[in-house]
Amino acid sequence: MAVISYREALRAAMREELKRDDKVVIMGEEVAQFNGAYKVTEGLLKEFGPKRIVDTPISEAGFIGLGIGASMLGIRPVMELMFWSFSYVAFDQIVNNAGNIRYMSGGLINCPIVIRGPANGGTNVGATHSHTPEAILASHPGIKVVCPATPYDAKGLMKAAIRDNDPVYVMENTILYNDKGEVPDEDYIVPLGVADVKRVGTDLTIVAHGRAVITSLKAAEILEKEHGVSVEVVDLRSIRPLDEETILASVRKTHRALLVEENKPFCGVDAQVAYLIQSKAFDELDAPIHRVSSIDAPQIYCKRMEDLQMPNVERVVAEALKVLA
Amino acid sequence: MAKPAVLTHPESLKRPAGPSEYAKNPVNASMSKADKIALYTKMARIRHFEQRCIRIYQQGKIGGFLHLYVGQEAVAAGTISLLGKHDHIITGYRDHGHGLMVGMGMNECMAELTGRVTGCSQGKGGSMHYFAPDKNYWGGHGIVGGQAPLGTGLAYAVKYMGLKGSCLVYMGDGAVNQGAVHEAYNLASLWDLPVIFVVENNGYSMGTSQERSTAHPGCLAKRAEGYNMAWDVINGHDVYEVRAKTAIALKRAHEESKPTVLEIFTYRYFGHSMADPDKTYRDKEEIKEYREKKDPVLAFEQELLSEKVLTPELSLKINEAAMAEADKAALFADESPDPTVADITKHIYWEEDNRGPKTTSRGTIIFE
Ligand SMILES: Cc1ncc(C[n+]2csc(CCOP(=O)(O)OP(=O)(O)O)c2C)c(N)n1
Ligand SMILES: [Mg+2]
Repeated sequence: MAVISYREALRAAMREELKRDDKVVIMGEEVAQFNGAYKVTEGLLKEFGPKRIVDTPISEAGFIGLGIGASMLGIRPVMELMFWSFSYVAFDQIVNNAGNIRYMSGGLINCPIVIRGPANGGTNVGATHSHTPEAILASHPGIKVVCPATPYDAKGLMKAAIRDNDPVYVMENTILYNDKGEVPDEDYIVPLGVADVKRVGTDLTIVAHGRAVITSLKAAEILEKEHGVSVEVVDLRSIRPLDEETILASVRKTHRALLVEENKPFCGVDAQVAYLIQSKAFDELDAPIHRVSSIDAPQIYCKRMEDLQMPNVERVVAEALKVLA
Repeated sequence: MAKPAVLTHPESLKRPAGPSEYAKNPVNASMSKADKIALYTKMARIRHFEQRCIRIYQQGKIGGFLHLYVGQEAVAAGTISLLGKHDHIITGYRDHGHGLMVGMGMNECMAELTGRVTGCSQGKGGSMHYFAPDKNYWGGHGIVGGQAPLGTGLAYAVKYMGLKGSCLVYMGDGAVNQGAVHEAYNLASLWDLPVIFVVENNGYSMGTSQERSTAHPGCLAKRAEGYNMAWDVINGHDVYEVRAKTAIALKRAHEESKPTVLEIFTYRYFGHSMADPDKTYRDKEEIKEYREKKDPVLAFEQELLSEKVLTPELSLKINEAAMAEADKAALFADESPDPTVADITKHIYWEEDNRGPKTTSRGTIIFE
């Protein structure tokens, strides 16, 4: 086991897949010569050369569409979006083309594309650069979406995504890029659609994904120390496919659920999770489900307010106590 | 190492040392002494504002992205100095210079950067999202190329209302490869809209030199031909030239309601944003060359000194005043209050902000 950063884990996944399969190609703005806007692809150009690691113009609709087209013929493009916020100029390609081609061809065409990049708020860059589109995208059948929270999951999910035969959209987080964690030296994948119990507990289930997992783990720590509550934290890891069983098993054990995500509340991922729990484990609940999400507004620029707009440890603790009351 | 950007600029556009050949152009010759001093003052103010921002950023008071305009001042200054009542502007995220040129105050601009409620966007937009619609300034847009259709729409509205005006749409050399820009070009030409697309070609889009990002027929502006639009190229280190050539496009917009693409060659001295260490894609020598030989603010100062419009004493006074103004703005930004948590959910919907008999919808629009 090596201790590496989330960024290094992503890079290691890409490097290993580039080595394993010569159909894997990395493309995006500044990924090659500049070594990546966030240095995730650092060194890959040097190691694999310009045929495999390709800088693109600022033409997201064009190069992502191109990647989707190439994937139809068997290339495995891993496209970097500098921010998922920029996916919106390529929405037609990402949703209409990648998401529908298999279905509309009656299963004749595969679309093994990966689109990856950061999708997070909390970095003081304002509304246009702080979108978290996992719920929007996961609402389209045909598309898979994952949101790793740790280096281990980042690497394993990225590798699974590259080997998958459907479009997989990997949402990273710039705030997590430097987080370190243990990652096995040997080859492994984290299968898409498998949640992970990041902390075992008995009194309350917190369901989260992405950085909200880290926030929830910190909150769980405080709840344990200061309030004597045993909290279980379920990390979804995949939004679609969604691991319903792990969520339900945890709720059946704790009988209380708090859902935490960095999205805005309306039609967020947790709206779906709340429905799941009430439809399949309603009788297990000892209290109503609560949610903590971002305050329902475009992302505010002011850093001090943005930190309050998003789920933070204090808000999670306070809401957890309400569920437990 | 990428080829230096200077090679992508047509040789003819290199500004020779010495006076501007556009000084005698009517739009410049007709300027009063006071006009010229005012224009120089505005350029100096942009320069000092931006340099003050660097310090504040380094003190950790500005977060996120900070894209500086230092080196490009003559573009905003030259073009905007020509505009009248019904002329509008819109740009990308490198938007401070344009803001100061349209008359935004340093205080509100600085306070926006530090996220204060006294900022031009009440601390909601940040560096990339300045707005001053009362001054015909429609932003400040963070998504590359996203402003091009908007600006085309502003021009459409001007024409629709029967006004003699225009919209100047600024973008970078990297932005010309966004689909939205091409769609806007076509609409502008197809519908004869009074829009001027100003491509601020500073040689790079982030770490990508222009020749690595764009296939083009000699220059970026020439792409206009594919859309049956007029175009021109401009040396953006000479504010007189910027004015002289922009005036032609403006006349075309005002009198014929026709669009133009202007490619203005310019240069940024600092990294793409403060987050860019600027070490990999261009050499220091190249930056030095521009700073020392082609600086637009110094060039205009020289010009005005030789015209005897400016004296070294007056120039010093102007620059000191600009610095003092920037210092005061920094203090203002420091001392201003933050927005509140309640402010987070303001300005999302008109009807939430204006609850009353005029609101036309029911139901919840902001959720918990
Ligand atoms: C659609 C979109 N893609 C990518 C980005 C990230 N980005 C911001 S600025 C920039 C470079 C733009 O360069 P250019 O158009 O030359 O303008 P300059 O920064 O030189 O003024 C990039 C890639 C973005 N903001 N929007
Ligand atoms: Mg540029």
